[in-house]
Amino acid sequence: MLTEYTFWFLSFLAVFSAFAVILSRNPVHSVLYLILTFFSIAGHYFLLNAQFLAAVHIIVYAGAIMVLFLYVVMMLNLNQAEPQRTSAWAKFLGAGAAGILMLVMIAVIRKAEQGTPAGLPVNAGTVENLGITLYRDFLLPFELASVLFLGAMVGAVYLSKKEIT
Amino acid sequence: MELLPNITVNHYLGLSVLLFCLGAFGVLYKRNAIIMFMCVELMLNAVNLSLVAFSKMWGGTDAQVFVFFIMVVAAAEVAVGLAILMMLYRNQHTTDTDVLNKMKG
Repeated sequence: MLTEYTFWFLSFLAVFSAFAVILSRNPVHSVLYLILTFFSIAGHYFLLNAQFLAAVHIIVYAGAIMVLFLYVVMMLNLNQAEPQRTSAWAKFLGAGAAGILMLVMIAVIRKAEQGTPAGLPVNAGTVENLGITLYRDFLLPFELASVLFLGAMVGAVYLSKKEIT
Repeated sequence: MELLPNITVNHYLGLSVLLFCLGAFGVLYKRNAIIMFMCVELMLNAVNLSLVAFSKMWGGTDAQVFVFFIMVVAAAEVAVGLAILMMLYRNQHTTDTDVLNKMKG
């Protein structure tokens, strides 16, 4: 009973703050609402027995990525609301496209056939099990991720240089 | 298939679809490039949520490892994307995508 209420509360919080990200005029408010969305998604991970993933999610997203966003908003001095010059037609088209996308995906989910899960004992979210899977079955993608990070780091440093033309 | 008491996997898929479409709507609706980036992050997180729900449904760990890799790609994307935005702002003094249309042709 308690977990059910927690699910609905976290879902409502996530959807509400996702709306607030889009509809708030001030970019700093958008960043803060997005952090709230990430925290509620981390709560969902806790409910789904993915504790390590929840901790990593909070550390990576709320701790690193959103701080980066906040720094950029601060450095670009965007914290005053700027006027929206978009035409109403473009806004209407955007809402229509997203709504149609949602309708299609909900229809697909309703029609989808439910598999019968194996009913395995669920302690999948512990560090031990995740580590075994990551370092045994996914070792090559893990190493390639480091190459990706190196490339991203070099690219970010190069792009941030002063005298780029 | 109930993941929690009275909560099936379809509830999680519905929430994931809702968040994903909100992210897509934000990308189409907002004109500020930073907010569009944040909406892309929202879409990635919606997919992560559905992957974790599937992981709970099947009792395996592979989906959670995939979530790790999505986080890796998101972090790399944010680093490079924000560097590009900073450079754009330094050269053009705006992040408004209605103004940044030099490549429109």
